[in-house]
Amino acid sequence: MAHDVPSRRLRSPTTEAPAARYALMALALLFLALFLLLPLAAVFIEAFRKGTGEFIAALGEPDTLAAIRLTLIVAGISVPLNLVFGVAAAWAIAKFEFKGKAFLTTLIDLPFSVSPVISGLVYVLLFGAGSALGPWLKSHGIEVLFAVPGIVLATIFVTFPFVARELIPLMQEQGNGDEEAALSLGATGWQTFRYVTLPNIKWGLLYGVLLCNARAMGEFGAVSVVSGHIRGLTNTMPLHVEILYNEYNFVAAFAVASLLAGLALVTLVVKTLLELRYGADIAAGRKH
Amino acid sequence: MEVRVSKIRKEFDRYPALHDVSLDIRSGELIALLGPSGSGKTTLLRLIAGLEQPTLGRIFFGTEDASLKTVQERHVGFVFQHYALFRHMTVAENIAFGLKVRPRGERPPKAEIRRRVEELLEMVQLSGLEKRYPNQLSGGQRQRVALARAMAIEPKVLLLDEPFGALDAKVRKELRRWLRAFHDRTGHTTIFVTHDQEEALELADRVVVMSQGRIEQVGSSDDVYDRPNSPFVFSFIGDSASLPVTVGEGAVRLRDVPLGIAPRGGDVRSGEGTLFFRPQDVTLVTDGGPALEGRVATSRRLAGTRIADLDIGTPADPHHVEIEVPLDADATAGTLIRFRPTRWKIFPAEG
Repeated sequence: MAHDVPSRRLRSPTTEAPAARYALMALALLFLALFLLLPLAAVFIEAFRKGTGEFIAALGEPDTLAAIRLTLIVAGISVPLNLVFGVAAAWAIAKFEFKGKAFLTTLIDLPFSVSPVISGLVYVLLFGAGSALGPWLKSHGIEVLFAVPGIVLATIFVTFPFVARELIPLMQEQGNGDEEAALSLGATGWQTFRYVTLPNIKWGLLYGVLLCNARAMGEFGAVSVVSGHIRGLTNTMPLHVEILYNEYNFVAAFAVASLLAGLALVTLVVKTLLELRYGADIAAGRKH
Repeated sequence: MEVRVSKIRKEFDRYPALHDVSLDIRSGELIALLGPSGSGKTTLLRLIAGLEQPTLGRIFFGTEDASLKTVQERHVGFVFQHYALFRHMTVAENIAFGLKVRPRGERPPKAEIRRRVEELLEMVQLSGLEKRYPNQLSGGQRQRVALARAMAIEPKVLLLDEPFGALDAKVRKELRRWLRAFHDRTGHTTIFVTHDQEEALELADRVVVMSQGRIEQVGSSDDVYDRPNSPFVFSFIGDSASLPVTVGEGAVRLRDVPLGIAPRGGDVRSGEGTLFFRPQDVTLVTDGGPALEGRVATSRRLAGTRIADLDIGTPADPHHVEIEVPLDADATAGTLIRFRPTRWKIFPAEG
């Protein structure tokens, strides 16, 4: 040989042998395909099994339309409310020192640690026929349980942590400096929030709202307990999927399910895009 | 604008950060709050700004009681240690912020705001950078944007928290001179916080030396350096040596050996005391008269002088002092050196 080349080509120390590498990759891909892609594909395949016409007809059912409408209403009420609650809670925890702060932080996590079914049951106990509150409200013409208010309450409870959890670390990291600067320059509290705090947290906030919305539309357990499954009235999309499925109406069940799956996919894509954007933003914030 | 701090006490969770601090600041003065971390200097600055509320006491701007006013009403220009520039706004938007948030009636028209921003940018020598974002600026440039932003609201008082703390040494020196010139040109009453004595002594008209929530001494650079009024100030400002001594019958003794100096001025006249002197304020004694005596442990050449580290005392009661010795004196390790302080101060022994 003309060149002095080592007779053995050595790999970088952290690189495995090709066989091991491909085996690991194949295993990961197989796992993903089996447990994530296959079920997702199955949803869409089942939905379109009898053709696009059947799919559209299934979605056009009055009960299905009512379920979609209810889901949108519930998300439309609970997401903005949780946006406000989440910002308020994150603001309080990140920017102020007070007694019981650690307790409040733990409390925000409660909906994550409690089974959604329990969350629903809490409202049944609180507003049910046997409770003190339920009959009184009923006598004033307000139905909570097995009606829209109960579903909204259960959804708010379950989705409460998303916005707050997203904002607390972000706001803690940013500290109070920018707000103090704005105040010392003469800005009012509202102006400080509007022009300084909100722009600083906007990407994190959007991200939290997105996750909150996905969960609000997809929540099953808690809503199932308080809804009463009244067709066309208190059925949300996830509940409606279950009912249709139990009636062996597979095309309709999977058609509605494909809408929910589509929502999840859109959320994921937007979330990934946001992460790209939001990551750069955070990095810029740190450099500052 | 004069600033008067009157008997301010500040507690955080019942832990006192400032004990009954009083301070008069003259109009147009450039004053430094100097002290180690935890001395309460930043707390005092934030109290003057209205970013903290005192537990007790009052703060006056001129004859007005500022303690009744919110931070917005006090009209102070505050420059934060890490500048706290708004990262999503350009340099021009940052500077204009204080004008844009004014109530409709007091807000200058847009063209006027733009003119003011240009004027301020020129003043801080950053013309042409108005479209940049804070993360596209160097540390020194950010510092000056923060200053321009604070000046935009035409503050009564300018407050700076560790203004040069986050900058490298060279930029720091440049900005220090620049700030002095800036102050002389604008004539604002300016208070800045620093832990760097060189910065305080060079820049300020008067230095307020603080320690453990109290003001130790207020005075010019010469006052605090040449006439320190407490053991803390003596050891905090500049280099110094200290020795426990006994004073009595007009003589000062270290372990019963007379040192050849007599108490004077405000020195302790009898009893236990602590002798402070600076390394350069000594004279070597060669005639065998009473003096401090020590063996050279190490010595080092420092520009035009030589610094000798002397072992004074016994193994049971060791003391070290550093003194300046003439370059031609023998200061090799182990040499016996006898000297007397020429300027000193004896404070009562602590406790």
